[in-house]
Amino acid sequence: MTTKFTTDHEWINIEDHDAAVVGITLHAQDALGDVVFVDLPAVGRTFAKGEIAGVVESVKAAADIYMPVSGEVVEINEKLRDEPALANTDPLGTGWFFKVKISNMVEFDELMDGPGYDALLKTL
Amino acid sequence: MSADTRPLLHTPLHALHLELGARMVPFAGYAMPVQYPAGILAEHRQCRHEAALFDVSHMGQLLLKGADAAAALETLVPVDVIDLPLNKQRYALFTNAQGGLLDDLMITHREDGLFVIVNAACKDADLQHLRDHIGRRCEIVTMFDRALLALQGPMAVHAIARLSPGIETLTFMTGGFFDVAGMACYVTRSGYTGEDGFEISVAAADADKLARALLAQPEVKPVGLGARDSLRLEAGLCLYGHDIGTTTTPVEAALTWAIQKVRRPGGAREGGYPGADVIGKQLAVGALTKRVGLVGLERAPVREGTVIVDRDGHKLGVVTSGTLAPTVNQAVAMAYLPVDHAIVAHEVYAEVRGKRLPMRVATMPFTPNRYYRG
Repeated sequence: MTTKFTTDHEWINIEDHDAAVVGITLHAQDALGDVVFVDLPAVGRTFAKGEIAGVVESVKAAADIYMPVSGEVVEINEKLRDEPALANTDPLGTGWFFKVKISNMVEFDELMDGPGYDALLKTL
Repeated sequence: MSADTRPLLHTPLHALHLELGARMVPFAGYAMPVQYPAGILAEHRQCRHEAALFDVSHMGQLLLKGADAAAALETLVPVDVIDLPLNKQRYALFTNAQGGLLDDLMITHREDGLFVIVNAACKDADLQHLRDHIGRRCEIVTMFDRALLALQGPMAVHAIARLSPGIETLTFMTGGFFDVAGMACYVTRSGYTGEDGFEISVAAADADKLARALLAQPEVKPVGLGARDSLRLEAGLCLYGHDIGTTTTPVEAALTWAIQKVRRPGGAREGGYPGADVIGKQLAVGALTKRVGLVGLERAPVREGTVIVDRDGHKLGVVTSGTLAPTVNQAVAMAYLPVDHAIVAHEVYAEVRGKRLPMRVATMPFTPNRYYRG
């Protein structure tokens, strides 16, 4: 199981051969504050790396969710829609956003690993 | 982005905010707590259910002294100041020549003068405005270094009465000098949350001690500007620079209740303030647009700047404030709409990320006000 991170504070974790799970990091949920709404992409839609795939909103602000890699959305977290606070309470677990079928593994490999992301956070 | 690199000012409670773990943000030139570790939702609920302590020391406090002060101030606001009884407080508006708004403010008639509270972002301009226009008619005393604390919520009265027995006899929009926890304060029973509560003006040197005394009460927790914004929006109260400004008149802003009869056309002291011709005419025949409340039929927050359209996609107006309201648990917003669309229950659409979200025009406040009127 490998987890990678983006400079936009998303995590992506390869679950199996067919799909990787995407969510926001602890840092991202902390910076946003209480999440009250998420807008998730349609299942079956294909995105290029860096495209806006969703939105996460707190009382105070809205932030775009960028696609960490190119690929097709194969599943979304319906539970998160009903319970957006999961993005705060369990951002790395039950607060996941969607699953994506990666079309180019090179894009995944190029993302930051855990220590790389921690180093980025130290510069903020 | 503006290139304002001046260092942020600190309120007298700055050290306390840091000690309480606040997240500080720049606001109107000050470092202010946007939230504490509890978070905006919990802080919002704290104010609706118990008592919330806000630091609003960034706001500008002034005293206008002299026999002519009330008559002088009436030349700048469309409000009855002369007949304001002693220890009564009133909402007012500084108007410009076009009938737009330079600021909104609170005026309280104290024994020692007219106590005026203005918005932080406007206070320097307001002071200049006062000096330019009425500086020769009254003495303008700035008290910008004083602290201002707001204690808001249904339990606020119990908390403050423990520190200042007798203060509970104040009613909404009245004030008086009180010792609170042994410190000399001027207190009004008013606020910006829709709840019962108090605003407490205190010397900077006493502010930290007073805040700690209030926070020591079991009902009271610190609440930041983030929740203050969602609370005031639910209460239907305008935020200057967002919901009202130099291009909105009191009639367009649905603030005609703030203009007493005596200052309206036909009244004993009609007009006589900047923009009186424009505002007087609008009072008689109405304006073309009106500030309304909107409630979303879907959950997505509809934020400031969102375009509102009719069912055919024609632009009607723009949202001036909006969020997912924690108490009503719906998307709520304020917007200016043409008057033929500013009808309660009328359906309009918010353009959010390429979607048209249905919203209904709603009466404000979105949550019932719970002021203590005695």
